Amino acid sequence: MVPTSYYLILSAILFGMGAVSFVFRRNIITIFMSIELMLNAVNLAFVAFNQMWNTQGNKLDGQVFVLFVIVVAAAEAAVGLGIIILIQRNRRSLNVERVDLLKL
Amino acid sequence: MSAPLIIFFVLATLAVLGAASLIFQKHPIHSALSLIVVMVALAGLYLLMGAEFVAAAQIIVYGGAIMVLFVFVIMLLNAGEEERTNLSKLAKIAGWPLALALTGVLAAAMIRASPAVANPARPGALSDTATLSKLLFTDFVYPFELTSFLVLVAILGAMVLAQREQK
Amino acid sequence: MSDFLTHNAFWILSIIKIAVLLFIVLTVNAYLTWFERKVVAHIQSRWGPHRVGPHGLLQPAADGLKFLFKEDPTPAGVDKFVYYLAPLLALALALTSMAVIPFGPNPIPHITFFGQPIHLWVANPDISLLVLFAITALSVYGVALAGWASNSKYPLLGGLRSSAQMISYELALTMSVVGVLLMANTFSLQEIINAQASIPLFGWNFFGFTSGSKIPVPQILGFLCFFIAAIAETNRAPFDLPEAESELVAGFHTEYASFKFAMFFIAEYTAMITVSCLVAILFFGGWLSPFPASWTWTHYLPSVTLLPFGLWVIWDGIHYETIFGKLVLPAVGFAMAAIGGALIAFPAVNGFIQPTFWLLAKIFLVLFFYVWARGTLPRLRYDQLMNMGWKVLLPASIANVILTAALLLWRGH
Repeated sequence: MVPTSYYLILSAILFGMGAVSFVFRRNIITIFMSIELMLNAVNLAFVAFNQMWNTQGNKLDGQVFVLFVIVVAAAEAAVGLGIIILIQRNRRSLNVERVDLLKL
Repeated sequence: MSAPLIIFFVLATLAVLGAASLIFQKHPIHSALSLIVVMVALAGLYLLMGAEFVAAAQIIVYGGAIMVLFVFVIMLLNAGEEERTNLSKLAKIAGWPLALALTGVLAAAMIRASPAVANPARPGALSDTATLSKLLFTDFVYPFELTSFLVLVAILGAMVLAQREQK
Repeated sequence: MSDFLTHNAFWILSIIKIAVLLFIVLTVNAYLTWFERKVVAHIQSRWGPHRVGPHGLLQPAADGLKFLFKEDPTPAGVDKFVYYLAPLLALALALTSMAVIPFGPNPIPHITFFGQPIHLWVANPDISLLVLFAITALSVYGVALAGWASNSKYPLLGGLRSSAQMISYELALTMSVVGVLLMANTFSLQEIINAQASIPLFGWNFFGFTSGSKIPVPQILGFLCFFIAAIAETNRAPFDLPEAESELVAGFHTEYASFKFAMFFIAEYTAMITVSCLVAILFFGGWLSPFPASWTWTHYLPSVTLLPFGLWVIWDGIHYETIFGKLVLPAVGFAMAAIGGALIAFPAVNGFIQPTFWLLAKIFLVLFFYVWARGTLPRLRYDQLMNMGWKVLLPASIANVILTAALLLWRGH
């Protein structure tokens, strides 16, 4: 049997790694992928908590929420990648430091 | 060392290695492949917890649709290897210590609180897909309809964003 | 030793079953290529392979040897990791999907492997259909990554087009199955077959007289959408523009030679076999016989097909031109006739293989349709292809879902 806290620690580690990748990478697409990693880490925490609370087998709220997170991530990925394509078209570069026209 | 524990450690190591590969790879396509590995490892962990429909949905939607989108965009935009820029002194000095501190604080908080987190009563018991779908269409029907509306909005937005300019 | 075997019997039996399944699938793949070349040739009024071995039966072996011994160049400037990963991924995923397909309802009688009953499947999860869809979703990567990694414009274009085609038709594929799921209330392939068992032939999902009701819920539209989407999903004619020779050199597998190309080839044919199994299971009753159970004379149908065919092969072999043919063909024919006779002599064995015989017959018919479509229909242009996927098949499969749901509500489920 795997204790719930093991899953939560793994979720925290993955979330931290996603956050690190988000801050330190320069390529827009890689930054977006680290957002997806953070969302996945949160999904893992949801399913772990669902397993903890699901004593009778009929409370699957955590899994329903995970399904919603997956769908919202899909919608966000579609729109976000459209924006990324537009940025590439306009600024000719995928480096996030070149998209700094609003900077002081 | 029971079999579920061994499987958990194998899958967890795979997930962490994939995430590390995501951080350290130079080419975005290798990062995308590493993220797919992470997602498949997480799907394995969901299966270990008995959430079989969520595991299948994770692979079909996340691994088979969202990541395909990413791979397409990387291929279409011909994203090359990342250039190393040296714009931020603060990031160079304080970057890694702060990152380790963030992960360490989160993990320590989890470990500190682990006696308060109960262990599952029926570990690895399979969740019934029928129960899940019943919940989705009775208790959660309002978020369900809202999410479908959200997806429609996203489709329209993506179509508008991808149009060529009308000269 | 025997203690170890008894404790881990399930795992060891699974490994043995996987080995047997791999062997059978790869052999069927090889002879499927022979079958396709023969059928397409006869459609085009020519003979097909008939030199290498009697009736060209050793052609797959010759092809396999050729693939193994050909030079294996790696183009310059490719991304080595992704270049080698792509065919591996395609092949591994295609072969894995055969693990969840049930080939028979009952375990082998009277024989157990150290206490474990020997079922005719490798894995039987509750969500076997979803597992197949997950594998189909992941197999887009084999094509996309192959096209990209080849560092050349034709493969890139072919790979992009092919993977765009695959993800478009994946939607229609999964939606067209929802009708079947509504009727069977489960994702498990075995339960879906059992749900069609009420009336022979007309209880199949294609006709829809399930649950002993008088109101049919026919899945004809679902079958058509599924089959067309599946042909597009497996990149077969008439949807094979991305890999057609006259259009894009060879599409995404241009830069792959010898064994890596063979891996893509095997992956494509294995996907074809998997889809045929799915069509037979989901829409045509799987291993259920089309005849009522009371007609026990139908139990002799396997023998009735094997015996005369075996005798005809013997006769053909005796009159064959080459000496090798004169030796091999009568032996093969004799083996077939012997099996046919043994089935009549041992009714217990006959009863056991009845479901598997019907499933294999249906799979064979669907594969014949696949090859027939390849030989007959002209190729679709890419914009016609995408048009059909999004504007025709997807609305049709959604309409099928709504229609099925309405009919099920009307008949009170």
